[in-house]
Amino acid sequence: MIRDFCARMVRNSLWLFHTNCGSCNGCDIEIIDVLTPYYDVERFGMKLVSTPRHADALIVSGPVSRQVAPALRRVYEATPNPKVVIAVGACAVGGNIWFDTYNVLGGTDRIIPVNVYIPGCPPRPEAIVYGAALALGLVPKKVTPQKEKHLPPGFDLDAYLADYAVNPRDDLP
Amino acid sequence: MFKSKLREAVICLGAGRVTLRYPFEPAVVPPKFRGKIQFDARKCIGCGGCANVCPPRCIVIEDIGEICRITFHLDRCIQCARCYEVCPEEAIWTTDQFETATDDKADLKSEMTLWMSSCQRCGRCFETDNAIDRFQSKRWRGRGPGEANKRGIFPVKPPLEFMPPKSLVRESEE
Repeated sequence: MIRDFCARMVRNSLWLFHTNCGSCNGCDIEIIDVLTPYYDVERFGMKLVSTPRHADALIVSGPVSRQVAPALRRVYEATPNPKVVIAVGACAVGGNIWFDTYNVLGGTDRIIPVNVYIPGCPPRPEAIVYGAALALGLVPKKVTPQKEKHLPPGFDLDAYLADYAVNPRDDLP
Repeated sequence: MFKSKLREAVICLGAGRVTLRYPFEPAVVPPKFRGKIQFDARKCIGCGGCANVCPPRCIVIEDIGEICRITFHLDRCIQCARCYEVCPEEAIWTTDQFETATDDKADLKSEMTLWMSSCQRCGRCFETDNAIDRFQSKRWRGRGPGEANKRGIFPVKPPLEFMPPKSLVRESEE
């Protein structure tokens, strides 16, 4: 009974712990913006807490630098299960312009598993609210990958790629 | 003190509701907003200008023989719209979509596959069929049979802030 009660409480209110992993503060300002009365993410029971031991969800912003990566790992391990990790911003999602830099891991999912990705540089406050609602299951997912082809009619792309893998024509630049 | 609290309560009641009802109502973006990028494979000539200027290098061009595969890693896209500015054919633009949050990173990887051909003189790849088709059409860079080229070879684009945001729904094909 207590377990069910706790599960219901966790589902209805998500307490967030905000982790800055080398962010430029742009995403942090947008996260604070989301907590203001205009966007008011506390409607969904979300609020910032001061320690990961009280948190249900981690909000990670910034490309994870090498210096902060072990600390992020410890924060993740200190958060009680079940936990949700939300990566906010293009840095935390894919590394932004530091995706292949030597002192940066480039993305949160290189060190801890991520549940919700919110890309944008920085994302709009509405986008963060949307991501939070997506984590709670209130809204459907809207983004789909765009795959387009412009090939001659009757062209067999798979056969061409298979043939190119066997004998690549290196004379083509 | 009680009076002042009462006055405060009256002010709060008179202020009305300020909170956006966002996830339950659609949000409006400002006209200058740059959102998720979108592209058109029928217009792209594979010149690679967008990949050249992309600051986070989220546009990656891969030459596989006579196939040009352009991958868009939208997870690290910073929505600067430089690709829109340099594209000579307006084959890539920014939309007003900002609801790009997802739980699967594969949703943020778009792809475009083009058939290119190599020039017999210089050996470099170029796109053939639709580019040559567009030479004869009237709308291609304002040049047509008997028409003077008023806009020049490279058309001057208006800055992005004067462009109305294009919606995700593509214009009907002619």
